[in-house]
Amino acid sequence: MTVVSHPPADYALELKDLRKSFGKSEIIRGINMAIPSGERVGIIGPNGAGKSTLFNLISGRFEPSSGQVLLNGQRIDGKKPFEINRMGLSRSFQITNIFPKLSVFENLRCGVLWSLGYKYTFLKFLADLDDANARAEALMHMIKLDKKRDVLAVNLTYAEQRALEIGITIAGGANVILLDEPTAGMSRSETSRFISLIKEVTVGKTLLTVEHDMGVVFGLADKIAVVVYGEVIAYDKPEAVRADQRVQEAYLGSSVADQQAGGH
Amino acid sequence: MAQQFYQFKPLNVGRFLVWSSFTLLLVIAPLIFTTSLSHTILSQMGIAIIVCLSYNILLGQGGMLSFGHAVYSGMGSFLAIHTLNLASKGALPIPVSLIPIVGGVASMLVAVVMGWVTTKKSGTTFAMITLGVGELIWAMSLMFPEFFGGEGGVSGNRVTGSKLWGVTYGPQIQLYYLIAIYTLVCTALMFAFTRTPLGRMLNAVRDNPERVEFVGYDTQKVRYFAFIVAAFFAGISGGLAALNFEIVTSEVVSGYRSGAYLLFTFLGGATFFFGPILGGIMMVLAFVLLSEFTKAWLLYLGLIFLFMVMYAPGGLASLIMMNLRVAMYGHLRKLWVGYLALALTALVALLGAAAMIEMVYHLQLNSAMGSELAFLGAKLDSKGLNSWFGSAFVMLTGLGLFEVCRRQYLREWDRIQEDIEKEIKRREAL
Repeated sequence: MTVVSHPPADYALELKDLRKSFGKSEIIRGINMAIPSGERVGIIGPNGAGKSTLFNLISGRFEPSSGQVLLNGQRIDGKKPFEINRMGLSRSFQITNIFPKLSVFENLRCGVLWSLGYKYTFLKFLADLDDANARAEALMHMIKLDKKRDVLAVNLTYAEQRALEIGITIAGGANVILLDEPTAGMSRSETSRFISLIKEVTVGKTLLTVEHDMGVVFGLADKIAVVVYGEVIAYDKPEAVRADQRVQEAYLGSSVADQQAGGH
Repeated sequence: MAQQFYQFKPLNVGRFLVWSSFTLLLVIAPLIFTTSLSHTILSQMGIAIIVCLSYNILLGQGGMLSFGHAVYSGMGSFLAIHTLNLASKGALPIPVSLIPIVGGVASMLVAVVMGWVTTKKSGTTFAMITLGVGELIWAMSLMFPEFFGGEGGVSGNRVTGSKLWGVTYGPQIQLYYLIAIYTLVCTALMFAFTRTPLGRMLNAVRDNPERVEFVGYDTQKVRYFAFIVAAFFAGISGGLAALNFEIVTSEVVSGYRSGAYLLFTFLGGATFFFGPILGGIMMVLAFVLLSEFTKAWLLYLGLIFLFMVMYAPGGLASLIMMNLRVAMYGHLRKLWVGYLALALTALVALLGAAAMIEMVYHLQLNSAMGSELAFLGAKLDSKGLNSWFGSAFVMLTGLGLFEVCRRQYLREWDRIQEDIEKEIKRREAL
């Protein structure tokens, strides 16, 4: 892909009146967001609010019904997932989505290959690709799976698979990272360890995280976006979102006091 | 740029040994089996090995279940035989030893055209399209007798052109060594392919195509390029077959042939690289020897296939590898009684089943010659109750005992696997 020179974008990711309908029901109903480069955004909202659909629209898994998605100022709506990935956006999945019959190392190397320009070549040996191998090793170290180098991904524990999922997501060096419920299904202690891992590996990147666990979101994000019925009803600093009247009514409800006390 | 802390080039003694013994085997096989029949069989094995390995690029490495791989080996055959005939006429200055490459390149071009449509989708859709393309070419083979030779096929003569160092390819042994060289080189190249970025991404596409799209790869292109590579090697195999038989009929593009590739690649084992090599060898043994042995050979083949799908879906290769693992941990000794029992009971069951199958075939095909037939030295009466009851009894007894032995064996096997797991954990902890 040739890099077309364009004026420096104000925002890493911009959503302009984004809409998505499945049949008659509109799931995403006009979302506008502008996320500056380097910001960490937590996206929260009740079940079925459209958080995962929003991610699927941004990452190209679904095509929006209308509206625009801009990545570093360039339109990406309607593009294929691999095209969007090549332009610098990468995502993880709520349900673990790795290469089960490949080893940990191979999983990470698969994530690295395109970004280093190896494309579809079959005239080079993988073992000779020093940069790809070094990068895969470094990633493996970052996600703390060095000891599992040659273990097939399917044989890892759940927490290790989640870590590998993050590893594959950041492998290509994308600047905008979307994490869909990275800590889903983890225990408390695993979650807090995992959150610090995510912070570590996404330093300097623009990060969007969907989370159910409120404690996680408030600890991780610079800003919080609250999605309810396909609309963003609040997008602000965590404290401001907590205090927002509409958010309290629509989402946090009466349990807001529990949340602040660290409950679930 | 190159970082020195990462070194991944171990001197792999094991791999070196495997490849040198493979080479040695190819060289000395015709010196051990010296009859002309065995030279023919060995030549066909080389051809089958290449085509099964090429099929496994699709099936085992890419998860693409093709029902039309014979299109690519077959088109290679046709293009090769036409090239051979042009060379014989002196219209093309091409040595006979390079004609298989012509077949390979031709198939590759066919795949460049047909493959784009075929690899558009994976899974069931892919399988359906390969079936459709296979039928299309098969139908064309009847419609264009100028190219496909109609009923009689296209024949050629491989003894033509320059005789470098006295090699005319007249004697089968000379052609065998040409095939052996191609087999070795193609096997090495296809193995190398599994170690390249495209080869690895093909595994990734097999495992999880959706995720591949999110790491920057177009899954269709991965499948497409792999499809072309597979077609190239299939074409080489087809070209060698053209030289070997000196005749190419439309049967080589048939769905029947495609089915055989699928069946034997599976029997050999699609999950390991060397599986299809075993598959290719079995294919020739079945086609040449088993078909001589009994008229019902296809039925036996079907039974074996069924049996393997049910009990050993990883094929022969995975059976070997699993037992090798057991042997490495020193447990194989505990299993040999189990294997002996399994083999004996299976043999008894097979004996009974075979007697009945042979009687049915006798009734269908040879009833004019009387109702009696010879089966492994015994006399059976295909219309007599005794024979039928006897063989049914033998088969059922065999099956029953086999099941008992199988359960016993499985318990032992599970126990050993547990021991091995424990051993691995213990070593990890050290």
